[in-house]
Amino acid sequence: MTYKRQVDRLPIIPADATVHNSVCHYCIVGCGYKTYTWPMNKQGGTAPDENIFGVDLSQQQPQDSNAWYAPSMYNVVRQNGQDVHMVIKPDQDCVVNSGLASVRGARMAENHPSDVTGTQGHRLTDPLVWRYGTYNPTSWDDALDLVARVTARIVVENGEDDLVVSMFDHGGSGGGYENTWGTGKLYFESMKIKNVRIHNRPAYNSEVHATRDMGVSELNNAYEDAQLADTLVAWGCNPLECQTNYFLNHWIPNLQGMSSSRKAELIPDEDHPRARIIFIDPRRTVSINAAEQAAGADNVLHLPINSGTDLALANAIFTYVADQGWVDTDFIESHTKAEAEPRPALFPARGETDAEPGHLTSFQDALDANRMSIEEAAQLCGVPAEDIVTAAEWIAMPKENGARRRTMIGYEKGVIWNNDNYRTNGAIVNISLATGNIGRLGGGCVRMGGHQEGYVRPSAAHVGRPATYVDQLLISGNGGVHHVWDCNQYRTTLNATEFKRIYNRRTNMVKEAMDAAAGATREEQVEAIVNAIRQGGLFTVDVDIIHNEMGQRAHVVLPGAQTGEMNLTSMNGERRMRLAERYMDPPGRSRPDCLIAAGIAQHMERVLREMGEDDYADQFTGYDWETEEDAFMDGYHRNAHNGELVTYDRLRALGTNGFQEPAQRLEGETIVGTPRLYADGNFSSEDGRARFMAGPWRGLATPGKEEERARYPFLINNGRSNLNWQNWYLDQENDFVTDRWPYPFIEMHPDDMEARGLGAGDLVEVHNDNGATQAMVYPTETARPGETFMLFGAPRGVQGNIVGSGTNELIIPVYKQTWADIRKISDRPSVADGISFKSKEFRF
Amino acid sequence: MKCNRLVDAGRRQFLRGGLVATAGAAAGTMMPERAEAQSALARVSYPANRLANIADLTENEPLDVAYPDERSPGVLLKLGQAVEGGVGPDGDIVGYSVLCPHKGWFLIYNSDDRSFNCPGHYSRFDAEAGGQQIWGHATNNLPQFVLRVDGEGEIYAEGVDELIFGRLSNTL
Ligand code: SF4
Ligand code: FES
Repeated sequence: MTYKRQVDRLPIIPADATVHNSVCHYCIVGCGYKTYTWPMNKQGGTAPDENIFGVDLSQQQPQDSNAWYAPSMYNVVRQNGQDVHMVIKPDQDCVVNSGLASVRGARMAENHPSDVTGTQGHRLTDPLVWRYGTYNPTSWDDALDLVARVTARIVVENGEDDLVVSMFDHGGSGGGYENTWGTGKLYFESMKIKNVRIHNRPAYNSEVHATRDMGVSELNNAYEDAQLADTLVAWGCNPLECQTNYFLNHWIPNLQGMSSSRKAELIPDEDHPRARIIFIDPRRTVSINAAEQAAGADNVLHLPINSGTDLALANAIFTYVADQGWVDTDFIESHTKAEAEPRPALFPARGETDAEPGHLTSFQDALDANRMSIEEAAQLCGVPAEDIVTAAEWIAMPKENGARRRTMIGYEKGVIWNNDNYRTNGAIVNISLATGNIGRLGGGCVRMGGHQEGYVRPSAAHVGRPATYVDQLLISGNGGVHHVWDCNQYRTTLNATEFKRIYNRRTNMVKEAMDAAAGATREEQVEAIVNAIRQGGLFTVDVDIIHNEMGQRAHVVLPGAQTGEMNLTSMNGERRMRLAERYMDPPGRSRPDCLIAAGIAQHMERVLREMGEDDYADQFTGYDWETEEDAFMDGYHRNAHNGELVTYDRLRALGTNGFQEPAQRLEGETIVGTPRLYADGNFSSEDGRARFMAGPWRGLATPGKEEERARYPFLINNGRSNLNWQNWYLDQENDFVTDRWPYPFIEMHPDDMEARGLGAGDLVEVHNDNGATQAMVYPTETARPGETFMLFGAPRGVQGNIVGSGTNELIIPVYKQTWADIRKISDRPSVADGISFKSKEFRF
Repeated sequence: MKCNRLVDAGRRQFLRGGLVATAGAAAGTMMPERAEAQSALARVSYPANRLANIADLTENEPLDVAYPDERSPGVLLKLGQAVEGGVGPDGDIVGYSVLCPHKGWFLIYNSDDRSFNCPGHYSRFDAEAGGQQIWGHATNNLPQFVLRVDGEGEIYAEGVDELIFGRLSNTL
């Protein structure tokens, strides 16, 4: 049965409802929303003067009307202790999304907790402590005292390297400038924690070290550039599903020819031919289908390359473009490094050190090193040579009137979580630099992004590079205390089968010690915990909004607030910074993460003084924040580039459009930002010149992958779905979502299904040497035989279970390259009855 | 007048009863919960409108109708095999709103795979699975009409199971 809400009317927003600026926190795009709240005993009416829209709601509203909201956009929540009606709907005046809501953002309202409507009943409301063999709610003081006592003992007696931290580093939900600062100050200023990792990878590192080393920040253009480009390149990304409204509101209009007047206005002396788009992806995605609808199939090129061969393709395109003389010589001479750097001793196999797996140098040197023929690339990548030539032409062949082609490249996890991350990232940036397409209207070479960004922390230089492989450190029995902030390694790490096995054992040792010391004093309890740690146990503190699998292994669980339940600032994929205002109370006694970090620091200070560690205790001062705004002022305002120009009041005045970071100056009280980076040709390097990357193809570079490919019949490519993208933590409690995906799907070609005796919806085990997981078969005509695609990070089937421990030099996981076998577990389970297994592609 | 009073009464009950009374029951399980039975008090009163006769339908060809009023376009479909929500002697007759519950564009029926497709932003709904969104941006599955067929083969619509785009009450 298909899930129906059976809601056939909604309360009307009254004309005098309170309006809050909101930004969707679910993905990098950061769509603007407005949140309306009003008292329970009031409601608007259908007459124009009785509702916020000023329209007659007794009439059917037209297509695209702003005066409609879906049931998922409505909820009843607590605000300053009172129940209120709340509607969160997309803001038509926000330049990011122009009133579009995605299937995720449109569920923000129903994905908040409500005692009245019963939504998100799994949200944490109180600190929990493992006590009497189970989790018991307690006060903040009790919970933080235990956290501080155990943590202080370990860092004093064993050193700070025995405190291991998993923490977010991004914006939006479970992040934001306030919270990255609060946690960053605790772990990088009060302490110097080295064994730290990020939510989706086992180390504290950039996913795009290469572009940064080349002097090119990864978010260098404006969303409008996607409307101005002659050619768009989607490299290892699936923008319709993962950056939905960016794609729908900026890419699609260009592909439809609807941005031509804007092109003529901003770029008057140039031809503006019909826009084209290139997709580089082993899989045919719905983005490709949508682009064909919008641009016509003739203007869409899909290169379905073999998994992990992006580097060969990029180097071939770079070579061809250079050989044709389609490079921007003026740009290269003026803005990139002129002299070749001496090649490292072990080049081309290796870079100077493991921290630099490529070689930063001049255009000519990179060209010489990377040279790859079209024919060789065609062979390696498994695509026709003429298609690679077409791609090179679309990217760089001058336009008819001789003007240089404006090409924007967007890349994401298909490149990042894939073979030879560093060199591949560099090879893509090489193409944009060589063609002068960075800092230019209609250009840019950008990562598409996952979460929004919101990073301001004290220096993390002490972490080093390559950073510690934290999961391996925990697996090998090191570390004594683990602080976890909004991370769930049980769902989103590699080598997850082994990780969970060891993590269960180590945290259980501490649970057993706590159980055995039931009834003991706090001092005796701490002694018992420390003893268990000395025997290989792990004491875990989990900060999160729900009691997830990590939390269920933890000994103390601390409840956080999320966007809308606190004021939160972040920037989106074009560096657009907004203040997402608080519109409701956090559930129960939950708190913003920055204030939780402050609480830990304050308790650490007290406990350390009790221990006679006064000097150390002094390092834990400076956390007397009352609100998240205090953390913002201490962090972003004082530390971000030109952060002193930015305040909550000024951001509030800029509404959902905000400004693009970095702030440049004030005009009156209005912050003036930076639409594009490098418009002046001054790159992020010591001499202001960008570097090219010499990084030739070197096969599958991740340990274990070549063997795995040889051994198993199926590629288990993996990624996200439009329906819930990175929202699983909330969507596992959202009926609309679990009705559609009760299990993660695995897309398989019908021939592969037949060979394994599988029907649509059958439950299968996907297994290899690393472990096993499960998924529901989704027949997919467009899948290549032998290549499947599995939904990542799902609660009922963790893809990471079957990913080996091998990473590249910089400890970036290679989730995309997983090979395994598939066997049937059962016929379609009852929860999958009634699920549609039709093609996901739009069909006329 | 009478109609307006009913609407108001329903709205008050709605506020008391909560949006979806059973949603909270999902806590602790990942099984999808279904809400139909328990929110009945919150429903608006629907007219029972005759939309067509079975004899008017050709298999797999949508027949344009409107329900609950002429400003709410929909279709009737005879699918040839029994499906969710299907009525008639073969349990194969269904009716749906054809306004996309994302931004209200008109859906186009694809008879090859019996789906409704939206030219707005590429959403798709399955005519054979209760209007389930196969892929898309809407946060509702497609509103389906509650149908009844009498002894003469007359097809009546008597309700709708989701909010129709462009109206904050299914009956205006
Ligand atoms: S595209 Fe991203 S930011 Fe925009 S509404 Fe959807 S999830 Fe939210
Ligand atoms: S209006 Fe149908 S997908 Fe947007």
